[in-house]
Order: sequence, then C-alpha cells, then structure tokens
Amino acid sequence: MIDKQLLDEHNLTLEEYELIVKLIGKEPNITELGIFSLMWSEHCSYKSSKIHLKNLPVEGENVIQGPGENAGIIDIGDGQAAVFKIESHNHPSFIEPYQGAATGVGGILRDIFTMGARPIAVLDSLRFGPLDNPQNRSVMDGVVSGIAGYGNSIGVPTVGGEVYFNDCYSLNPLVNVFCLGLVDKDKIFYAKAEGVGNPVLYVGSKTGRDGIHGATMASAEFGEDLEQKRPNVQVGDPFKEKLLLEACLEVMQQDLIVGIQDMGAAGLTCSTTEMASNSGAGITIDLDLVPQREEGMTPYEIMLSESQERMLIVARKDRVEEVQRIFAEWDLDAVIIGQVTDGNRLIVKAGGDVVVDIPVDPVVNLCPVYKRPSAPPSDVRTQTQLDNVPLPQDFNQTLLKLLVSPTIADKEWIFRQYDHMVQVNTVLLPGADASVLRIKGKTKALAVALDGNSLYAYLDPLIGGKIAVAEACRNLACVGARPVGVTNCLNFGNPEKPEIMWQFQRVIEGIATACKVFNIPVTGGNVSFYNDTEGQSIFPTPVLGVVGILPDLANAVSPGFKQQGNAVILLGKNREELGGSEYVKHLHQQEKGKPPRIDLEEEQRVQELCIEAINEGLLESAHDVAEGGLAVCLAEGSLLSAARFGFRVNLDDSIRADALFFGETQSRICVTVTDKNRDRFLHLAEQRRVPATPIGMTGGDRIIIAHRGKNLIDIPVLEAFQAWKMAIPSKFVAK
Amino acid sequence: MKFGVVVFPGSNCDYDTFFVLRDVLGQDTVLLWHKEHALQGVDCVVLPGGFSYGDYLRSGAIARFSPLMQEVQSYALRGGLVLGICNGFQVLLELGLLPGAMLRNKNLKFLCQHVHIRTENDQTPFSHKTKRGDVLKIPIAHFDGNYYADETAVTEIKTHDQIVFRYVEADGRATEEANVNGSMENIAGLMNREGNVLGMMPHPERASESVLGSEDGRVIFESLIAHAQRAY
Repeated sequence: MIDKQLLDEHNLTLEEYELIVKLIGKEPNITELGIFSLMWSEHCSYKSSKIHLKNLPVEGENVIQGPGENAGIIDIGDGQAAVFKIESHNHPSFIEPYQGAATGVGGILRDIFTMGARPIAVLDSLRFGPLDNPQNRSVMDGVVSGIAGYGNSIGVPTVGGEVYFNDCYSLNPLVNVFCLGLVDKDKIFYAKAEGVGNPVLYVGSKTGRDGIHGATMASAEFGEDLEQKRPNVQVGDPFKEKLLLEACLEVMQQDLIVGIQDMGAAGLTCSTTEMASNSGAGITIDLDLVPQREEGMTPYEIMLSESQERMLIVARKDRVEEVQRIFAEWDLDAVIIGQVTDGNRLIVKAGGDVVVDIPVDPVVNLCPVYKRPSAPPSDVRTQTQLDNVPLPQDFNQTLLKLLVSPTIADKEWIFRQYDHMVQVNTVLLPGADASVLRIKGKTKALAVALDGNSLYAYLDPLIGGKIAVAEACRNLACVGARPVGVTNCLNFGNPEKPEIMWQFQRVIEGIATACKVFNIPVTGGNVSFYNDTEGQSIFPTPVLGVVGILPDLANAVSPGFKQQGNAVILLGKNREELGGSEYVKHLHQQEKGKPPRIDLEEEQRVQELCIEAINEGLLESAHDVAEGGLAVCLAEGSLLSAARFGFRVNLDDSIRADALFFGETQSRICVTVTDKNRDRFLHLAEQRRVPATPIGMTGGDRIIIAHRGKNLIDIPVLEAFQAWKMAIPSKFVAK
Repeated sequence: MKFGVVVFPGSNCDYDTFFVLRDVLGQDTVLLWHKEHALQGVDCVVLPGGFSYGDYLRSGAIARFSPLMQEVQSYALRGGLVLGICNGFQVLLELGLLPGAMLRNKNLKFLCQHVHIRTENDQTPFSHKTKRGDVLKIPIAHFDGNYYADETAVTEIKTHDQIVFRYVEADGRATEEANVNGSMENIAGLMNREGNVLGMMPHPERASESVLGSEDGRVIFESLIAHAQRAY
C-alpha cells in the first residue's frame, strides 16, 4: 500500500505521485515506485535546475555532442575528438571519504569510456573545512587516498585540479571529478537501444545491495543520521573497471554493438530506461539472469542497486558471440538479460512474473520541471565597507601568512599521492596553472583547468559565475592554450530555499554571459543540490572545467621563473579591491565586501595577448594573479622555479598598499621575458590594447616587492619556500 | 632487438613501455598476453608497471602464477634478459627470481615524483652505457617500494654486487631523505646474481622523451639494445 510515509521515503511528493499514476495509467507497485523515485530524483531529473540550465550557450561549430549524454564531445581536428565531463560525488565522500571519492573517479571514467573514448586525464576540484579540525583532516586524507587508490590502479593519470578550504565545507566537503578522454571521431558510441530483437547484455561486476538509493540520498539534506547512510555508499573495484575499460574499448573498435550505457547512479533502472527512451524503443529484461552477489535480492533491490563497474550493452544480434568472447578474454561475464522490443515499454520479469511494466517516456522525460521561488539574501554582505581593515604592520609576515594558508600553500602532499604521469602524456606537472597533455604523434596538445572561487560567488553569485569562467580560461591562457569547450559542476544548497535558487540562477547567468563573450560552448555538466548539513548550506560553488588546445606543444609555458635577469611584466591594471580576497578572509577573518569586478572584454584581451605571445615563443613564464593577489603570484614564480631564485619588483600605483599587494583584481597575468623579446612583447601588448607594465627583474635569492621605491616585502626565497611547502604536510604529521 | 612487454590484467604501464620501445626507440616490440605460453622469440622480456590482478593481495602475488610467467621463469633461468619495472619488480620478487620483498613506503602513502638514482654497478646488460656514480633523474610511482631483505640476503646482495641503482640526492649523495620509500640500502634497482634479471622501482619509460621532463631513462633501454647487438 502506497502511503505518505512511503512517498516520503522515496522523496516523492503527493502531486508527483498523482502524476505518475496518471502517466502510467495505474497505481505503481513498489518496484515501479522505486524506479520513478530514482529517475525523478533531483540528481537524475534536474527538475529544479533544468529551467535555468537552458540559458547556457551549448552551440558551437566544433561541438559534436552537447549536454544530455554521458559526456560532451568537441572536435579537435585530425579526426579526433575530446570527450569530457565533470561530476560531483559530494554526499558519499562525506559519509565514507575513501570509497565516496574512489567511486566518484570510477563513475566519471565510465561516463567517458562509455562513449568510446580512452580516458587520458583526471582532475579534481576539492573543497574541505579548515585543517585545524581533525575531522576535516580525516575527510581530506580519505578523499585524497580514495582518488589515488582508484585512479592509480586503473592507470589514468590524475594530472591536476584545485583545492580550497572554508568553514562552510566542514560538514559538506565537495569532491568534483573531471575526466578527459580521446576518441577517433568515427568510433563514438551512444546510449542507444536500436533494432528490435537485439540482445541486451549485462557486463562487469555482479549486483549487490550496495548503493541502493544513492541518487535519492544525493537529493536530500543531511541530518544527524549519517551513520545510517553509510551502506548507501558504493564500494569501488578499480581492477574490475580496468578490465571493463579495456574490454569495452576493444568491442567498440569492431562493429559489434549498437549502444552502450554505464550503470552509474540509478543502475539498471537508469541504463535500461534511458537507452530505450533515446531510441524510442522498449526493453524487456529478466532479473533472474542478472549476475548477483547476494542471495534473496528482491526485484526492487536489483533495479535500484548502484553496484559499481557495470555496463549495459545492446549488441548486434549476429555478433553477440564475438562480444562475449572478448569479455571472456578479459575474464568478464557478458550475460544476455533481455532484448530490445518495440512498444516503448520497460518490462522486467523475475521468477516468471512480470514485476515492472511501465512506459519509458514518463520515467525518463516527463518528470515535472519546477520553477522554484527565488529571492536574494536578506543580509547585506556585499555592502559592508572595508575601511575598517587595517593596513598590515609587517608585509613580510602578511605574505608568509598567505603562503601557509592551505588554499594557497603547496599541494604536493596531495598530488604526489596521485600517479600523474602514467600514459606518458603529462607535459606540465601538477601545480601549473593548467594541465597540458600531449597527443601522441601530434604537434598540438590539450590543456585543462578547473576553477571556481566560491567566496566570490557567495558575495555576488553573478560575478562569481563570470569569474569562474574567466579564471579557468585565464589558467589555460597562461600555458598558451585557447579554450574550446567547458563543462561545469554546480554545487549548491537546498533549492527549495529561495535564497539558494536565487544564487543558482545568478551563477548560471554569470557563466552564460562569460561563455558567450569567450565564445565557448557548455557541453554538459552536473548539478549537485542539497549540499546542506544540519540546516547549513555551503557557499554557492560553481566549478568550471575548461578544455583548450595548444597549437604547438613545444611552446607550452609554466608558471615558474626560468632564468635570472628576465624582465617581470604585469599584464592588466591594478585596482583598489579587497572584498572576497584570501587576505581579508585569512588575515582579517571577514567574508564580506564586494568581490573584484570583472570586465569580460578586458579579460579577453589580456588572455588573447598571453596566448599569442606564448605561441610566438616570446614568454619564459606566465602565471595568473588569483588568490593572495599580486604578491603571492610573484612569490609563486620563485617558489615554482627549478632553481628557486628570487626577484625584485617595484609597484608605483597610488592605491592602498595591501590592496595592491594582496587584492584580487581580475584580468591580470604576470609574465617574464628575456631581454631579447622584451621590446617585441611590449609592442605587441600595445597593439592589442593591453596594459603591460615592466615592474622588475628576476634574480637573487630574495623576494623583494617595493611600493613606490620602499621595500615592503623583503624575505629570503628559502624562508618563503619552506613555509609554503610545509604548510599542508605539517597538518598531517602524527602528533 | 625484439622486446616483449607482458600484459597482465591490471597492468597499466604496458602500453607506455611498448610505445617507448617501439615508437621512441624504434625497436621491434610485441605485447605478450598473460594467458599465452609462447614468448615469441623475444630477446628481452619486460614486466611493466601497474596493479596486476588488482594487487588486492600482496603486489605481484597473483601475477606470478599466470601461465606466461611460468615461461618467463624458465626463460630467465636459461639466462634470458628480464627487466621488471615497478609492479614488474614486485612480481620478480614474488617469483623468487630476485631476493627480498617490498613493504609499504615509509610514509604509508603512494608516491609519484621524480627521484634521482645512482649507478652502482655499470657492468650489467641494463646499465653498461652508464658509468658507476652517474646520477639519473627518473620518476617513481608506487605504494609498495620499500625494499626489504634479511641481513644474510643483504650481505649476499652486496657481496655479489647486485645493487644496480640506489636512491640519491641530485648531487649523488645516498642520504636518508633521498631514500623516499625507506628501502634498505637505498636500493632502487636490484639484479640477480647471474646478472640477467633486473628489478627497478623507477620508471625509465617515463623518462625517455625530453617533452616529459627527462630522457635519463633511455640509457637503460639503450644498454639492453647495445648488449643484444654485442651478443649477436
């Protein structure tokens, strides 16, 4: 009997239930209700976000596949395409950090190779609470180990990403995993179930009770019952996935299958209904044939299980033995569990009975879409003036304090746990502005960057959305790559709260505006709502993953200084902006003020100049000015240089010295050039109408930054290096 | 020269090694599937890095039982050249072709980074194109690379000059800090007494192209190639 309590347990409203009854023309049984509960969950249906997501620009001449498939696909020329996507695994990673993060990696990898692409790189965007809290350290340790455990084993390099720390993530860490794959354009596969009578094959791990209601869990707020949710988290088996990856790619290289879909969130339910719906067909399966890990599983449990490392394949009727032979060679079962039918229905049998008989269209496409109420926050966080922020007494100490802030400090403790070199394509090691991957046998290279400053988005979601795009693209520009496509992971609180919905709407507007100016299509992404624990929402956290092309790999530039005696040149203008900066947050404990403003046309000119100069071989290094401002950007040039030499810079702007040194004004890049190229570069900047100011020289063993001739910062590189290097490891030393 | 790169389920540096040998160094190279029984007449077997059979048990513990490894074992005992890289080194230890065992890294974390290693023995098929004392910059990427052997075994190893590479600082000093995984005697590369089987934790295939930051690993493959030419 279906009652209010049962509906609550399935996260369905009474109105939604009544709609289901109307659409399928009967009262659903419990398995059918479970299917709707999964597919109509926020996680699978995007019911609160759809109406806003349609404002994102998705068109572009190189777009092969936009939003709506497992991943987006961009044509990169030479008969090849880049396949990429970012996805969140936030809730599971808090409940069970190692497995939550590990299965996040496993899931995104399947999204990529399901389309026929070999995954060539993973990047992660991570958000944790402050490391002084032992629980946050334990979550971070588990998440990093989980990403490493899965990625290292399967042999896909984790080449970069970003990590921020903020109180708002203490009870709700974020784990967003990005994957990039490479495919020949004529070998792309989709989730199709065509050809009546074609067999439906189940391949990979056996089905267990793990992960039941995972997608539903990710669609509700957390209360104090976290321990009880632990069984909802799946357990990953990277070895099995490695076999699955190799076997699937081998099958796809030959003309043996019609369509393929991974069983991720919502497992067998999602893969069967989506494949059928995409092809206007029906599917009939028999659960007695599904390989099972446990005894006595009910149809409800089998249909809702989120056991990992499973795929559903529709094979060509006459080639099915060949498919099974290839999987057997990899020691995997490929079991026929059903076939494609006409008639648009999902029919599931078990024990000789029909246990599910529903039309697929309502399940996949007819979930109600909500325009949830939205309203700006009542507080006046952006109107707070920052006049009460005192100027630092000692700029040396301020710089050192910023360099040990975990958001800015060296992340080697994290990335050396990841195999970032396997597949022998990693050109720039983690820590550069963007990751650069060579394509074997080609001159060009691919570059990827993830970015998203949530404090800016909290203070002003519109600006935060714009800056997330601008900064991710700027990171690409700093290695010399031009963006070709973007994917986004939108992490927000409970969308039923008007303030959250307002943030969401504004962030999307910001992202859309910036993408239109930069002319880059959004090829898909992921929305993670309900990032609230015990009533506390996270900051709105858009994470942008941008993929770009570097025409000639040999020109790639990294952020560290290269030689002593190079000119240091600042591109862009300094402004008196302090709001939302790491300086004000970390040293003055204020998360207030206006975030830096952004002029997208100005931003684009700076980026274009940087890309052009790098590709003409004019620059030795380039690094964008971001968290910690100009002083930190310059210091990192030293800290990331192989020989760790210093520099001397003088700044003449008549603005507050702390804003000049540590403010986070946008659209700035610091570059170094040799004497030989200096004039040519400055001339190019003038032609491109970009302010380019020579501010000093590399060399020596000290970091020296003067304001109008007076040295405000003067410290040995070695002292800064040790502080920056040890900040994160020192938190994890056994006490 | 003909190289054979073994593919276990879970190997993940198999194609990297194959690519470097065939495409970068221009050698005749084949992949050897773990279920096969034939070595296809290769002059050197390479056991690549990865997580053979998932390595959920001890690293390399299951791979040693695969059909192909029975062939590799008799090939090695006949004097055939075998190079085990990373997981391949672990398999050679499990197989008993090399003495000792691997423990977890001393910091109990997976470590992926460039390290420096020094040639200790330049009279081997794997290192004769380097000179004793040469320092090579080559990356490591492993969880279980902390080499251990009992006192008797270590004495034996030293007596027979079986240590081919040691972890050192960039300037060549074998310090505690340079020994990132905690290996006994800073051992990074170890051969059998006969000198035809080498296991090493660093990945020479990841340091064979300048675009990847180091070409220092090539000399190991080039030593093998020169050795084979001389042998003919």
